[in-house]
Amino acid sequence: MIGMVDTGLALLILGLAVWAIAARDTFAAVVGFVAYGLLLTLIWVRLHAVDVALTEGAIGGGLTGALLIGAAARLRATEAAALSERPGVALRTLAAVLSAGVTAALAVCVLALPVPAPTLAHEAAAHVAATGVGNPIPAVLLAFRAMDTLLEAIVLLFALVGVWSLAPDRAWGGRPGPRHHADPNGMLAYIARVLPPIGIIVGAYIFWVGADYPGGKFQGATILAAMWLLVMMSGLSDAPPIRKTWLRVGLVAGPLVFIAIGFVGAAAAGAFLAYPEGYAKPLIIVIEFALMPSLALTLGLLLAGAPQRLEE
Amino acid sequence: MDTPTLFGLAAAILVGLGLYGVIAHPQPLRKILAFNVIGSGVFLLLGAIARRGAAAGMGGDPVPQALLITGIVVAFSATAVAVALLLRLFGETGSVTLSSDAPAKADGDKPHG
Amino acid sequence: MTTDGGLLLAVAVLAPFVGVMAGLALGGRFVVRVAFLTLVVGLGTALGVARALVQSGRAVVYLLGGWAPPLGVALRADGLSAVMLVAVAVVIGGIAVYARADFGMPAGTPEARAPFTFWLLLLAVWGSLNLVFVSGDLFTLYVALELLTFAGVPLVCLDGKGETLRSALRYLLFALVGSVLYLLGATLLFGAYGTLDIALLAARVRPEPITWVAAALMTTGLLAKTALFPLHIWLPPAHAGAPAAASAVLSALVVKGSWFLVVRLWFDVFPGVITRPSAQLLGALGASAILVGNVVALRQARLKLLIAYSTVAQIGYLFLMFPLVAGLDAAHLDSGSAVTGGMLQAISHATAKAAMFMAAGLVYATLGHDRVADLRGIGRALPMTVVAFALGGASLIGLPPSGGFLAKWLLLSAAVATAQWWWALVMLVGGLLTSAYVFLVVVRAMAPAEAGWSPKVRVPRYPQVAVLALALCSFLLGAAALCPVDVVRIGRPHAALVGSR
Repeated sequence: MIGMVDTGLALLILGLAVWAIAARDTFAAVVGFVAYGLLLTLIWVRLHAVDVALTEGAIGGGLTGALLIGAAARLRATEAAALSERPGVALRTLAAVLSAGVTAALAVCVLALPVPAPTLAHEAAAHVAATGVGNPIPAVLLAFRAMDTLLEAIVLLFALVGVWSLAPDRAWGGRPGPRHHADPNGMLAYIARVLPPIGIIVGAYIFWVGADYPGGKFQGATILAAMWLLVMMSGLSDAPPIRKTWLRVGLVAGPLVFIAIGFVGAAAAGAFLAYPEGYAKPLIIVIEFALMPSLALTLGLLLAGAPQRLEE
Repeated sequence: MDTPTLFGLAAAILVGLGLYGVIAHPQPLRKILAFNVIGSGVFLLLGAIARRGAAAGMGGDPVPQALLITGIVVAFSATAVAVALLLRLFGETGSVTLSSDAPAKADGDKPHG
Repeated sequence: MTTDGGLLLAVAVLAPFVGVMAGLALGGRFVVRVAFLTLVVGLGTALGVARALVQSGRAVVYLLGGWAPPLGVALRADGLSAVMLVAVAVVIGGIAVYARADFGMPAGTPEARAPFTFWLLLLAVWGSLNLVFVSGDLFTLYVALELLTFAGVPLVCLDGKGETLRSALRYLLFALVGSVLYLLGATLLFGAYGTLDIALLAARVRPEPITWVAAALMTTGLLAKTALFPLHIWLPPAHAGAPAAASAVLSALVVKGSWFLVVRLWFDVFPGVITRPSAQLLGALGASAILVGNVVALRQARLKLLIAYSTVAQIGYLFLMFPLVAGLDAAHLDSGSAVTGGMLQAISHATAKAAMFMAAGLVYATLGHDRVADLRGIGRALPMTVVAFALGGASLIGLPPSGGFLAKWLLLSAAVATAQWWWALVMLVGGLLTSAYVFLVVVRAMAPAEAGWSPKVRVPRYPQVAVLALALCSFLLGAAALCPVDVVRIGRPHAALVGSR
């Protein structure tokens, strides 16, 4: 039986989604979407997916929200032009019919899902011990389906290459984003001085404890990236120029270590990304250690945007 | 009706809402927002399916939960690329319309580099 | 379950990705050397996979991490995969040689944005395509689709102009909605059957509403990414606005990735669940694409837009395969020839279209413009290039001994065998329309130049050779009929496409 909490959450999230889609002002819609993301985090906890909740809160609500708010703020000038470009009734009716049809089809599917539900939990539970970690999620991410995690890191890197390719020609190799100047005595600068050391410890803890409890490298890396972004946005430090070798090596080091360990597994344990007997946990830790800084750099730079200015 | 089914139906509505937003809104930023709503709807559906697969002492099937983590990260990177492209389009042309008969170059001063 | 040569599958995917990372870290002019080194490694790997496949006569399978599905992820290469791996490697090779002229970064120049990112994106597209061809898991395929999108979209706006940025954003939005619909379908399949492995799903899938909805969603999403009519509006401006080498990559290769996935899904995940009317619908959309694409191509004033609309039309041929296979299966006839026809169409189009876009690039460099009406003099200035364009066009029209001819021959035979004469009619009309604009371009190009005209830029020899080589590949691909082994059929299950469950 569903309780009041779940019903309340479901209704709230639908309401926020309607707001995000239907609100007139783009900035208001984006703010609604950030609230939507945070509420989704709660829903993940209700669905017993705490690792997912951490990721949603960090990346889905946090980083995505920051990205969209930044964009909405910079695009405020286009609001007027956009309001005059409202689509015709025909298109809106077609869209409404299509969406209603898809929703109805999906609802039928949800109600038709088989009972008892097919699950891989038993198989996962049977093999988790061989991987040496206690939390089954990293066992899936770094052992059973390690290829997906490797590809995920590569996706982030390729997204960054794509973002960098959008730089104006004259700014190639330079620093991403505008130079931020915050009042050195103001709140933002204060937080940017106080929070990062705490954030680094929290991020490192979440990364370390992720082996046995909810957590992990993505969540830890996001916190590190957020601290870095805070320092950049308050003007205490500037974004590095993208031509710097240490930056580029830092970005690719994580995935390359991952691939190297994969090939070691091919030689020593018979398959790419297999772990030799007894070495699973140490190798997983090495991979995570190598990936986290690369991820933090990539996430931070994705938010910083395309290079815009050369050395000043 | 149990909790996963409730959220599964909510997910169905979210996908529909997002699809409407992508098709009906002319502004690219609203389309990106709507795309994120569709994405989170799909993730919510997968999460409900994961909850249904709870067994062996775990609160949910860990495989789809792991897929969700990957999916959220991929969706974020998609948003990052889309927003960067949108901002560059704005910087280059001064407008964000997707229709083809728009100015190809910004007239006058550009607000940002 | 891992077979011999399986590790090559992982190498085929990862070599280009390692190339991207090495190029990014080394920076500057090294990226060109890294790209060419990766080219050699990748081509060797693709040939190795093909060899392992032909020698064993079965699909090459690789269990990643040693974990078997449904818990783990398997890489699987059958005849279709091997053929595409080799074809893509060859086309990428040709484009790389051509692109060295435009994006070569000669000694002494600092690292520049467009050339540097071009090489990274080229390798990224290659690795993503290889992943699409060999992955055996639906979620890994979703990640592959996203990789392909992130690699392909920046190629559209490589020159940084406003109009190309707009086309790129439109393409990105279509592609993202397409992938998310695909993921939605995959989610439904997991919810119903508890696995995302293609082979396991084929065994477990039943014809019920969930499967139909999943198939419809995934197919629609992939059609948006393949630019099949009526979801094709993003393609012409995107492909025409990119630099020539980038257009070649986009038209020849990137759209084939999502098409391959439709083939994979329909033939390997959903056989027996697909209904004849839905196969006919897909064929009807393909037919519309052929007719609309060719007619609009005829009316184009610019060469690159003409070639882009020709792509829209040729993509339509790729979807005629589905109703033909369905018809053959329903009549209990062997459908392998229709599948081979579809594959040949894909490969000959890839080689021909890459050659044509690159030829258009050389024309633009020499003339300073690409207006179809004013192509006179090009025949004298770039004879190899005009011949290459004509050969590529001949393959698209379907003249013997080209690959396009053999492909259309196989598809026409299938249409006749199943009495679906309307597809035969569409193919013939399409061929006529294609020949109209190919002749138009070639005739204009052969006209003598005005007195005193000289080329704006003298293009070097080797890009012209690369273009001609690719066009010859397409033109001579009909020789595949002489191949003793039907590679496409190796490792393929014999499940009928349409309802036997």
